[in-house]
Amino acid sequence: MSTGIGARVTRKEDKRFVTGKGRYTDDVRNENQAYAAFVRSPHAHAVIKGIDTSAAMAMDGVIDVLNGQQLTGDGIGNIICGWAVNSKDGSPMNMGAWSALATNKVRYVGDAIAVVVAETQALARLAAEAVEVDYDVLPAVVSAAKALEGAAPQVHENAPGNMIFDWEIGDESGTDAALAGAAHVTELSLTNNRLSPNPMEPRSAVAKYDDAEEHYTLYTTSQNPHVARLVLSAFYQVAPENKLRVIAPDVGGGFGSKIYIYPEEITCLWASMKTNRSVKWTSDRSEAFLTDAHGRDHISTAKMGFDADGQIVGFKVDTISNFGAYMSLFSSAVPTYLYATLLSGQYNIANIHCNVRAVYTNTVPVDAYRGAGRPEACYLIERMMETAAREMGKDPTELRRANFVRSFPHETPVIMTYDAGDFDANLDQAMAAADVAGFAARKAEAASRGKLRGLGYSSYIEACGIAPSAAVGSLGAGVGLWESAEVRVNPVGTIEVLTGSHSHGQGHETTFAQIVSDRFDIPLESVSIVHGDTDKVQFGMGTYGSRSGAVGMSAIAKAMDKVEAKVKKIAAHVLEASEDDIVIEGGEVKVAGTDKAMGWHEVGLSAYTAHNLPPDMEPGLKEGAFYDPSNFTFPAGTYICEVEVDPETGVTEVVQFTASDDFGTIINPMIVEGQVHGGLAQGIGQAMLEQVVYDDSGQLLTGSYMDYTMPRAANLPFYSVHHASTVCPSNPLGIKGCGEAGAIGSPPAVINAITDAIGNNDLAMPATPQAVWSAIHGNA
Amino acid sequence: MTNVTMTVNGKSVSREVPDETLLSDFLRENLRMTGTHVGCDTSQCGACSVHVNGRSIKSCTQLAASLEGAEITTIEGLANGELHPMQQAFIDNHGLQCGFCTPGMIMASVDMVNRYKAAGKTLDNDAIRHELEGNICRCTGYHNIVKAIEAGAAKM
Repeated sequence: MSTGIGARVTRKEDKRFVTGKGRYTDDVRNENQAYAAFVRSPHAHAVIKGIDTSAAMAMDGVIDVLNGQQLTGDGIGNIICGWAVNSKDGSPMNMGAWSALATNKVRYVGDAIAVVVAETQALARLAAEAVEVDYDVLPAVVSAAKALEGAAPQVHENAPGNMIFDWEIGDESGTDAALAGAAHVTELSLTNNRLSPNPMEPRSAVAKYDDAEEHYTLYTTSQNPHVARLVLSAFYQVAPENKLRVIAPDVGGGFGSKIYIYPEEITCLWASMKTNRSVKWTSDRSEAFLTDAHGRDHISTAKMGFDADGQIVGFKVDTISNFGAYMSLFSSAVPTYLYATLLSGQYNIANIHCNVRAVYTNTVPVDAYRGAGRPEACYLIERMMETAAREMGKDPTELRRANFVRSFPHETPVIMTYDAGDFDANLDQAMAAADVAGFAARKAEAASRGKLRGLGYSSYIEACGIAPSAAVGSLGAGVGLWESAEVRVNPVGTIEVLTGSHSHGQGHETTFAQIVSDRFDIPLESVSIVHGDTDKVQFGMGTYGSRSGAVGMSAIAKAMDKVEAKVKKIAAHVLEASEDDIVIEGGEVKVAGTDKAMGWHEVGLSAYTAHNLPPDMEPGLKEGAFYDPSNFTFPAGTYICEVEVDPETGVTEVVQFTASDDFGTIINPMIVEGQVHGGLAQGIGQAMLEQVVYDDSGQLLTGSYMDYTMPRAANLPFYSVHHASTVCPSNPLGIKGCGEAGAIGSPPAVINAITDAIGNNDLAMPATPQAVWSAIHGNA
Repeated sequence: MTNVTMTVNGKSVSREVPDETLLSDFLRENLRMTGTHVGCDTSQCGACSVHVNGRSIKSCTQLAASLEGAEITTIEGLANGELHPMQQAFIDNHGLQCGFCTPGMIMASVDMVNRYKAAGKTLDNDAIRHELEGNICRCTGYHNIVKAIEAGAAKM
């Protein structure tokens, strides 16, 4: 059927978006709407000596000005990190207190201190300016390395030396011994640059308190509304779960930054109760740079040892990870279980050790951003492989092939068990598509024009669909990482699927419908996907970590198994046949090999009229399922970047970018390719354009699109996207996930290409024209 | 306060608004037409692009009070019974993901094609990428947006 699994169908959700009928959080306006504006710290580190709200309160149209003392006084709890990571000495992580509104100290520029609720947004902002805060300014620290120095300012009293945890994985003595005996050791010191996620829709919250029902409704820009409700209820004590409805309507991109529950949502809910008004807050872009969780920000040193044949014998990594001023919701998992566990890459490495020190600084909290830990791991491994190949005079593809894992399952020394893959097939396909054979001629032609042409590889692996719940629980996760779904067949045979996954650009309304259309052989138009509302969908863990296909769709498949079984029972009963002989196809439920059949809709109607059901069968046709995966999934592939550098200016053009990915089963190639395109753009952006910059006092210098370089159309090429798939053995559809691969695999490919072109390996991200020009001239 | 009258998507509208009201706020808050989005505060992202007297502008940089008598077309007014060819091209070419930048992208694209056609210039892919300088998308990596504009232009 043309709308089933593998069909390149256009998206069901698009018409509303291209006609301006999308409904985003800021589009919601309740009766008697009031507006919030936050008073934020202009200092990176300061003691709050006093807050004078009298001038603001006196302004016409100001409803209330509320502060942190009132918030904590009302029992609103501190914001928490939901994943406990212990230091290697067994001590628990040092989590500093984070109140949604600061009570006595501010720790980064943008830290919220008070909220103004007023009749209009403009008035609220004016009044926020009129709130006078008396500060005792303290010295600040912004660099993670400097935060570990003895004299560094202390961000939290309960984190001595700014150390949150000092964690390790792998066998240190074994790795040291392997490196000591290696024929060749490559060493690199690399920084993974700090990024701002920048979904185009700024965060927003519209909270409404109903005093008669003592019930709250929150519209919010969330990737996981149920997790938001859970955390708001269980940890922040805003309201019991049954008195709190969270709706994430159309959400304009997330990339990780909309996973977390931020101070603003908590404060809007509480302020709505305090003022008995619906309270709305929408971030502007400057506020987004100041408050949306940043990504990456690692400093690492790494050593990789090889034997005389080019086999990797050991890999040792030491990483300092900047967490910013507070521990965000999943911050602790990112540089540990999502990072160090992927340091084996696509390679058979007997000995790996990684030490990670997580540190506080006076900067915006850092958490998962598209890829989350895996891009940092990939960047280290793949720059290492290319550098080692150059140092040893080997072809970088041959060095990779000499070390590829080829037998599955493969257990790495860093707790992962790779279940399936064909790394050679993706490298082969990428090399053919990129015409690597013709590169020398292209390089010579470029040289004739005075340009430097370079080729760079990256063979990445990632772990998606983070699971199983019991395993992540044993590693410190505060939540289970399953997904739920409910499949409702209506009496007329149309279907609603309720899913705990959340779509904020991924196209679930189409792809999720495709697997239903495929299973029951009914038109795509007969299937609707419901998501993003805690009153409609029972529960769900949301969308991040490329989990919606592998985990979310698997839950739907499991629910469909139950529907299918019941449909067959009903049809067998009505048609007086054996269940085993019933097949579902062509809009009918029929007895195979006969002309006995019921229409699909007739089975639905039979289930609801219940006039002629098998004995003991309940009426209705609605089934739910919770799916908890048995393993992570492991998307992998090879990316090849080709660049041309102008040596006069350092200006670098990506002239060709080729991707070959193994995502397992692909439901809709059009949407999967789109995910790769977007991921590649973010990865190329990280490699060449993007960088969050603070000055030494903790002032954010990249606080707008005038300062932070977002990739634009002219910065990017068309991408050549291919697939060489193996089926994922751990879930019913064989899906591995595709959302983050582009952002994970591409940065090292870009930097490897540029360093190949200029003949100097000493180049950091972002490779701006200035950085490239300097590297060409020996970084003098 | 200023009383401003303009034509929005073919209908005459009048509102009394504070002098500092931006066109984007006028559309979203006063007229409750929320298809026009605001994605930044420095006129960089282009999510708020609309047509004023036939030319694409960023509605976050125009005061409503300065547009007395103007003809405004927003994303809500682009389809005429059936989808505009550019809207259809964005669907057909998967030129959108989260949809937030899309209204501005489409309004800028229609204007782009109109300008090139009027000037008799060729709108090739390099020109499309150059013309998109004022519209930022974080989802698509622009690949399919450029394809969509190329396809939409062919049908305009």
